[in-house]
Amino acid sequence: MAELDYKVVVGLEIHVHLCTKTKMFCGCALSFGEEANSRVCPVCLGMPGVLPVMNKQALEYAIMVAMALNCEIAEFTKWDRKSYYYPDLPKNYQISQYDLPLSANGFIEIPLEGGKTKRIGIIRAHLEEDAGKNVHSEANFSQVDLNRAGTPLLEIVTCPDMNSASEVRALAVELQRIVRYLGVSEGDMQKGHMRFEPNINLIITKNGAEYKTPIAEVKNLNSFRALERSVEYEVQRQLDEFAETGKTIETGNKTTRGWVDEREVTVLQRKKEEAPDYRYFPEPDLVPVKLTKEWLAEIRGHLCELPINKQIRYVTEYKLSDYDAGVLTAERFTAEFFEQSVAAGGEPKRVCNLLTQTGLKIAKERGCGVCDLGIKAESLSELSKIVESGTVSSSAAVSIFEAMVETGKEPDILAEELNLIQKSDAGELELIVEHVLADNAKAVKDVKIGGKKSKKAHGFLLGQVMQKTRGQANPKVVSEILDKKLG
Amino acid sequence: MQDELLNMDCRQLRDGIASGRVKSVAATEAVFKAIEKYEGAIGAYISTFKKQAISKAEEIDKKIASGETVGELAGVPVAVKDIMCTSFGTTTCASKILESFHAPYNATAVEKLAAADAVIVGKTNMDEFAMGSSTENSGLKQTVNPWDKSRVPGGSSGGSAAAVAGRLCYAALGSDTGGSIRQPASFCGVVGLKPTYGRVSRFGLVAFGSSLDQIGPLTRTVGDCALLLNVIAGHDPADSTSIDEKTAPVCDCLGKLDEPIEGLKIAVVPEFNAGAESGVQKVIAKAIDVYKRLGAEVIEVDMPHLDYAIAAYYVIATAEASSNLARYDGVHYGHRTEEPADYIEVYSKSRAEGFGKEVKRRIMLGTYALSSGYYDAYYLKALKVRNLIRGDFAKVFERCDCIMMPVAPTTAFKIGEKIDDPLAMYLSDVYTIAANLAGIPAISVPCGFDEKKLPIGLQILAPAFGEEKLLRTARIYERETDWHKEKPRISN
Amino acid sequence: MMAKRIDEAQVRKVAKLSRLALTEAEVEEFTEQLSAILDYAEKMNELDTENVEPLAHCLPINNVFRDDCIKESLGTEKTLANAPQRDGEFFKVPKILDGSGG
Repeated sequence: MAELDYKVVVGLEIHVHLCTKTKMFCGCALSFGEEANSRVCPVCLGMPGVLPVMNKQALEYAIMVAMALNCEIAEFTKWDRKSYYYPDLPKNYQISQYDLPLSANGFIEIPLEGGKTKRIGIIRAHLEEDAGKNVHSEANFSQVDLNRAGTPLLEIVTCPDMNSASEVRALAVELQRIVRYLGVSEGDMQKGHMRFEPNINLIITKNGAEYKTPIAEVKNLNSFRALERSVEYEVQRQLDEFAETGKTIETGNKTTRGWVDEREVTVLQRKKEEAPDYRYFPEPDLVPVKLTKEWLAEIRGHLCELPINKQIRYVTEYKLSDYDAGVLTAERFTAEFFEQSVAAGGEPKRVCNLLTQTGLKIAKERGCGVCDLGIKAESLSELSKIVESGTVSSSAAVSIFEAMVETGKEPDILAEELNLIQKSDAGELELIVEHVLADNAKAVKDVKIGGKKSKKAHGFLLGQVMQKTRGQANPKVVSEILDKKLG
Repeated sequence: MQDELLNMDCRQLRDGIASGRVKSVAATEAVFKAIEKYEGAIGAYISTFKKQAISKAEEIDKKIASGETVGELAGVPVAVKDIMCTSFGTTTCASKILESFHAPYNATAVEKLAAADAVIVGKTNMDEFAMGSSTENSGLKQTVNPWDKSRVPGGSSGGSAAAVAGRLCYAALGSDTGGSIRQPASFCGVVGLKPTYGRVSRFGLVAFGSSLDQIGPLTRTVGDCALLLNVIAGHDPADSTSIDEKTAPVCDCLGKLDEPIEGLKIAVVPEFNAGAESGVQKVIAKAIDVYKRLGAEVIEVDMPHLDYAIAAYYVIATAEASSNLARYDGVHYGHRTEEPADYIEVYSKSRAEGFGKEVKRRIMLGTYALSSGYYDAYYLKALKVRNLIRGDFAKVFERCDCIMMPVAPTTAFKIGEKIDDPLAMYLSDVYTIAANLAGIPAISVPCGFDEKKLPIGLQILAPAFGEEKLLRTARIYERETDWHKEKPRISN
Repeated sequence: MMAKRIDEAQVRKVAKLSRLALTEAEVEEFTEQLSAILDYAEKMNELDTENVEPLAHCLPINNVFRDDCIKESLGTEKTLANAPQRDGEFFKVPKILDGSGG
């Protein structure tokens, strides 16, 4: 079959757990894998006569994300009940937001290859409570665990503005970076803190006419990789299906498909023949929320510079590569540590290299962040300065960095203690150079002849000097002396 | 001695106990003797707690003997409607679906009774999930009217009203979603108050219509009603819809109960009242004459939207109920069907087996009113009508202190008389429903009998949070008349 | 005779939405009764509510919150105390076959 011209269209429905201490409407602590049904109270168990009371922190966290996503924040927002029966939903309705969500009409900038960005529209972001978990065993019954029931959940719906699997991944990663920067979610997909459900279809051009394939919604994605691969898989599957059946959005139903991680395929879960009837109506057990200008300003005060803006600024202001800027801004505390070191006088590129090549490696080995290594930004700045001045070599800086983490001592002291200070005393070095020149007449001759051999011989002589000083000579200074003596 | 003890009202008993003249144990034992004698005939209780009650009474008596300070209801035996959760015994809502449900918490109102040192003797019968006006919809037992055992006690708090009237407790708590305190109070000849929405915490009150439900007292006198309201009223952080002290401070309803009201202005709605039986109309008119005689001004007003209250109410209340009752599904607690074919049948069969007919009917009606395609025509329309009704009240209260009307169009009807005609049963709530839709307080005060010697209640409605003046208004009438001293003669 | 406000098919659909297994007799009875009640509710249409705001509740308050402070949970045993069936520390239900509820 001939190659078809097609465009991928993806919108995302996203659920983010907010990392409050307690659940959305009751005082139960959030669950992190404790014994099943141990973090449950009459309210989240939906017992008769109990009533929800709203967690203020959850609302403020949700508004922070909405603000970071450039959404319009509602002045007046309220709660609604969404009804459906499922064993993990104890009340058989979910407290959610329907016609007056707390925010709408925003956008997120996602980074693309080569430092470019793309703007993806946000339709709405609203707050709701999560359900519990149904555990499907091999036996002929299912188990229900309500520990998760009532966890504050931010639902974000994007416009269908993504046109490739990599864009979908970029959005997911960017959103993770944002919620982590804001400190409102751990954003761990494996642990279910962030759930992405892509709605995917294609616009196929065939014989000058456009055809839209039926939308498939994919569930059960628990990693960025799965998210990206599922979109790739769906694109191919929908192309094949279109070739085979010619079904379009008008003639085919929207389907829900589940991702099977082991086989890297999506499988049909159900056809949505009729839209479910959720019977939304205003939640009578909760009162509405009015968001005053003052309150919103206070919440806005908790925001920080967004990661994408930092990344762009690092490229333009500090002349870092987009890659380095991306690595530094992946975690808020790394970026802030970097900025503090630069503010203390460190040369940005030098600080960046120390952080990305050594700091992050040590942090990873220790399973913590660079800011948790126990070294001050000022000390890192100091380290970068002694490398910059030639007091120590770049390779010595690695050892010093490691020693700083081990001992907590300052870099200049460690350079001294570890005997890593480069010999830059011209007088002392001149004597050594003279010895080397006297011992290596052939090389000296080669240098003076010039040409290809000259460069090699120069390097050889430099090496000899470094050997004699056990690597402690400042190569720059040695090179200058050599040039003077041989010139 | 037994009768003398039981004929005291709560305040007389409390004062007697506090002074050491009367023992709480004696009063509690007297109540249980009465229960043993008459409960078989009346059927007011779903469960009683004799051992627990007597040991609580002993504790109170000991406290008083040793000079400790005690609560406002110290040693007084009271009952609570079985729609309020208690951490002891079962909380059934008179439903098979919750027949063996043990709540691990107390309703806030129950906590407050306990904190006031009341002795809780038992939990009273009701229409299943408070859905009904006769207590015939109880899934567990039949309660009869102590004045005529062939008649209903009213509902849904029929057990509470019958227990208070029949001297099977000194006072009781009920709940009122569309008249469920006032109508049985009227049918049984006791005082019943539905407070302002938000005045009493709903935490632990099993929800029927969440925006309408309110807990209130059923007592033999207006003074007792004020006393119980003092105990149960107030802000509760566990109920987002309970009013904070700043917005509407709780007043002492008992302290100024007997202070006069100068220039009382009473609104009446003649056209609306015309729907009541002539016997009821006559008695209500006579009651209002008492106020006139004492110098009150009676103003005829027009409330054009009251006629639509029943329609709006049965849409809103059932819509909320359909959602509130979704949780009874046989998964986490309550009745589960035997051997369901699949998990869907756990729901549909457990619910079909556990709920009675009226509950099913209302769940169906409410689900329909909220379902796609009908929401605007029924639910949304009803909310708008509700606003118009609230507007009618606001207008009247601009120039009047209160509104007076019957509680119900009839006196207690025969058991079985209306049970097969749900619409006729709904229409009997015509006078009580509007107060719930508007969220305002209303009281039923005994004001006489019909020719069959069945009690009639005068309903007084007041502006939101106007309980203090409402009770004072009711007390004016009570002081002038002796109806509240009448008591039924119960035969076995 | 006037058409019924709600027919048996609708009653069955609503029963399914409500998760109520009704008998044939109940379907018939409810069709009759709900139609009568809905006919009565039509009365509301006599009122012009074009410019009337819906009133979901009568409270004069907004913004009721709780601080993010942990309260003790019930614990697994109390949570499961009323469970009709349990499997270890879980509630037990017949196998759930379809994907998800919401």
